[in-house]
Amino acid sequence: MRALWLLLPILVLLATEAGAIDARDPFDDPDKQARYERLIREVRCLVCQNESIADSNAPLAADLRREIRSQMRDGVSDDEILDFLITRYGDFVVYRPPLGPHTILLWAAPLLLLAIGGFAFVRVIRARAGGTLDDELPPDSRPEDGVLGDTQDAKGSGQQ
Amino acid sequence: MWRFLVPAGILVALIAFFFVGLFRDPSYVPSPLINRPAPEFQLPQLQAPSAVLGSADLRRGEPVLLNVWATWCVGCREEHAKLVSIAEQGLIPIYGLNWKDDRDAALHWLERLGDPYVATAVDADGRVAIDWGVYGAPETFLLDGDGTVRYKHIGPLDTQTWEREFMPRIRALRDGRT
Repeated sequence: MRALWLLLPILVLLATEAGAIDARDPFDDPDKQARYERLIREVRCLVCQNESIADSNAPLAADLRREIRSQMRDGVSDDEILDFLITRYGDFVVYRPPLGPHTILLWAAPLLLLAIGGFAFVRVIRARAGGTLDDELPPDSRPEDGVLGDTQDAKGSGQQ
Repeated sequence: MWRFLVPAGILVALIAFFFVGLFRDPSYVPSPLINRPAPEFQLPQLQAPSAVLGSADLRRGEPVLLNVWATWCVGCREEHAKLVSIAEQGLIPIYGLNWKDDRDAALHWLERLGDPYVATAVDADGRVAIDWGVYGAPETFLLDGDGTVRYKHIGPLDTQTWEREFMPRIRALRDGRT
C-alpha cells in the first residue's frame, strides 16, 4: 500500500508529461499518432531553443504541431514535412540537420575528435611502453615492436 | 617542444571559439528566406476585413518593409515609435502583419500609438507567419521592388539598427534600380 502512495507523485509527473502533447484532436490510427509524436520530437522550438515542439508550450510550437498534423492528414511524408520546416526556419529547426557545407563540421566532429583522441592515445601508450616516442628512434631499434608482434601472433593463433 | 606547442595551440583555438561565442546571440537564427521570393499570402486587412492584402501588394517596384507585430509583444511596443517616425519621414512604405492578435486590441493600439502601416494584414491563426519563418515578434523584413526578401531583422527596431542595417541596404536597392 505504501509503495502505491510512493507511485503517486510519479504518476502525477507522467500525467503532466503526457499533457504537453496536444491531447485533443489525436489521430485515430495509433501508428499515425506514434509517427506524429516521433516527428514533433525531431523539431526544435525556436522560441525556447532547448525544447522540441513536443515539449514546448510556446504558441509557435502549438502552431507548428497543428501544421504538422494537418499535413499528415493530407498524406505528406515525414521528409517532406521536415523539408517544409527547413525551407522556412532553416537547418536549426531540426535536431538532426541535413548534411551540407554549413553542417559538415558538426556531423564530422565526433569522428574527427575520435581520430585525434585515438592518435594521441596511441602516441602516449607507445611513449610509455618504450619510455620514449618511437619516431625519435631508428625504426629497427623500437623496443616495443617485438612485444606487439608477439601478442598479435598469440592472439591470432588463439582464435584459429 | 611539439609536446607543449600542440596542446597550447589547441587551447588557444578553443579559447578563441568560446570568446567569439560569448558575443553571439543564440536566439538569432538566420533566415533561409534571404534572397528568395517573399512567400505568397492573401489575408484580410485589419482596418477593412473585407479587403485583401497579399504578397502581390508588396511588389511595388520599390523597396518596402514588412513588419510582424502584435499587441501582446513587448518588443513591438518598444519599436513602434521608430516605425511611426520612419513612416512620417516617408523613408519607405511599411506594411504590417498582425500576428495571432486580437482584432479590437490591434485597432485600439494603432489608434492610440499611431499607424505607421500602409496596410496591415491579419494573420489570426499564424499560418502565414509559418511561411515567413516568423518565430519571435517583432520581426522586420526588407523586400526589394520585385518582392525578393533582402534582409530580416529580429527584435525591436531601434535607430542604431535602422541606420546601420536598413538604410544602407535600402539606398543600395534604390541605386541598383536607377
